[in-house]
Amino acid sequence: MPKKRIITFAEAINEGLRFSLLKNENLICFGLGVGDPKEVFGTTKNLQKQFGDQRVFDIPTSENAMTGIAIGCAINRCPVVMTHQRLDFSLLAFDQIINNAAKIFYMFNGQFTVPITLRLIVGKGWGQGPTHAQSLQSLFAHIPGLKVVMPSNPNDAKNMLIQSIKDPNPVIYIEHRWLHDQKGHVEKGFNSKKIGKANLLMKGNDITIVSNSFMTTEALIAAKILRSNGIYADLIDLCSIKPLDEKAILKSVKKTRRLIVLDDGHDFLSIASEIISIVTIKQFNNLKISPKKITMPNFPVPTGYSLTKNFYPGHKDVIKYCQNIFDKNIRYDNFSKKNFHDIPHVRFKGPF
Amino acid sequence: MKKISKKDELDLYYSILRIRRIEEKIAKEYVNWKIRCPVHLSIGQEAIGAPLKKLFKSCKDEVVSGHRAHSHYLGKGGDLKKFICELYGKKNGSSGGKAGSMHLTDKKSGFILSSAIVGNSIPIGVGLAYSKRIKKEKGIVLIFFGDAAVETGVFFESLNFAILKKLPVIFICENNFYSVYSNMKYRQPQNRKISEMVKGIGIKTLKSNGNDPIKVFNTYCKAKDYVEELKKPIFLEFETFRHYEHCGFLKDDHLNYRKKSEINYWLKNDCLKKLQTKVNKKKLIFFEKKINKEIETAFSFAKKSKFPRNSESRKKLYA
Repeated sequence: MPKKRIITFAEAINEGLRFSLLKNENLICFGLGVGDPKEVFGTTKNLQKQFGDQRVFDIPTSENAMTGIAIGCAINRCPVVMTHQRLDFSLLAFDQIINNAAKIFYMFNGQFTVPITLRLIVGKGWGQGPTHAQSLQSLFAHIPGLKVVMPSNPNDAKNMLIQSIKDPNPVIYIEHRWLHDQKGHVEKGFNSKKIGKANLLMKGNDITIVSNSFMTTEALIAAKILRSNGIYADLIDLCSIKPLDEKAILKSVKKTRRLIVLDDGHDFLSIASEIISIVTIKQFNNLKISPKKITMPNFPVPTGYSLTKNFYPGHKDVIKYCQNIFDKNIRYDNFSKKNFHDIPHVRFKGPF
Repeated sequence: MKKISKKDELDLYYSILRIRRIEEKIAKEYVNWKIRCPVHLSIGQEAIGAPLKKLFKSCKDEVVSGHRAHSHYLGKGGDLKKFICELYGKKNGSSGGKAGSMHLTDKKSGFILSSAIVGNSIPIGVGLAYSKRIKKEKGIVLIFFGDAAVETGVFFESLNFAILKKLPVIFICENNFYSVYSNMKYRQPQNRKISEMVKGIGIKTLKSNGNDPIKVFNTYCKAKDYVEELKKPIFLEFETFRHYEHCGFLKDDHLNYRKKSEINYWLKNDCLKKLQTKVNKKKLIFFEKKINKEIETAFSFAKKSKFPRNSESRKKLYA
């Protein structure tokens, strides 16, 4: 049995990076803040010291060119991990991501691989506002040639990062800022679970809950409350958005005949919409009740404290839906110890 | 610095003539509507691609380019048959018909890739140069683009990084003064020269007549010495002119977007004409014959080649 240790999500990413940099001496790691005193929320801690500033370095504020440079390195077999402290900045590099990274392997008929991993950090709370809190997995997942992963816990964060780096394809690795301080068991070394498999976190026959990234935290809270009220859920943590583990979802829905999907993206064309479309097309007759999406509204996240109250959906929305469909009164009000809705935990003081 | 020899001059002429004739053949064949992809012909601008194989022989000297890449591909020694097959969308094409004229590659020759979005292969070239440092590989990266690419943000970003990290890169701007039909004067301040502006961001620049093959050759030699000795990137601007339309197989001067006097000036100063006096008639006839044979062989090979199976379109999406 691998020895288990409790570390944070950020520390797990740091371990995954260190492991990968040791394993492949051609691996390069760069991004704004990678070598600065805060080292991207601790995720790149001491890496520059250990591996030198040729392989681990801070970059000019040139998102598009630096993505192209990563691709140039990658096609010459130097894989790259590039970091954006907020996902929103990666939008400057859409030309390189979509026209080059996603196309080169296909377009040149397999003559080049593009092993790049783009770490995109999604902000939330403390006034992150319209341009610092976008969770745009749908945009990336729409593009053939890209893989998209969204880990929800420290052990997956480490393993999936190592797998993303080893993967010969461009991988969009989306990490939620509110997960960075979460602690969990992390195995030493890594397991060989490849990108594309979902995790079944809880088992039950009554309803299927599908979620990803930070929404899995909300889903877990909801599933535990439901369980204490006699409603048993299959909780599927997607881990990978693309490829999507359709099999796991369909298998579960076949059993439970009910489906809730949680997703941090805006409602319209969200990952939740896609999953519900797949399930509806393939198992229309099997569904007992129309599936439920729990997603962001179709407008930007505002900045002000009062405006963000009740903006983010979460476990309460799962419970409300279940109260309805199971016709049960479930208490959930006092679950959270937080007095403020815009911070990940009580110890947190802003800004991010 | 390498001095141009009599043999170099002949080779250079041959290389220019070869690219010209290949491009003319593509234009001629295009009317049969079997080449069903956009083509951006290099006719008029061949002197800039022609000396690549001679001066940057090693496949470790790598080239990336943009949409008008035929002359760079052929000049670097890219395989002709694979190229023509690719234009015809055939299985034997350099990318099995998936890429076409705007996305060429022949790794063996050191022609890494070209891309269709203006400016977007520039950082890829810079990345190749950076990976050479990590892997302790030899070689220079040559990055080709046009005057319009200078207007993109990614151009500045890429140059900045190459200068910052002192990378072995030769940036080559082929300035033909037009972005499709738009003259430079609508796109960049008229009194600002590209090479002077670029010099201002901290890179050595050389400017030369891109239609004078010997001047182009000598400029490359200077640039190569500079990059190898000083371990720094350099920027070259070659002024030149395309004879055909931006995209396609025809001439488009009836549209009057270029002045008659301008057209006449450049045609008079055509790169092929410039060197012609240095080659005797016997050699000329020999060259034409040899090239014609190579072209006919490549085109008939391409026409006879099979199309890829339709199911190929779904393949090789992920590695």
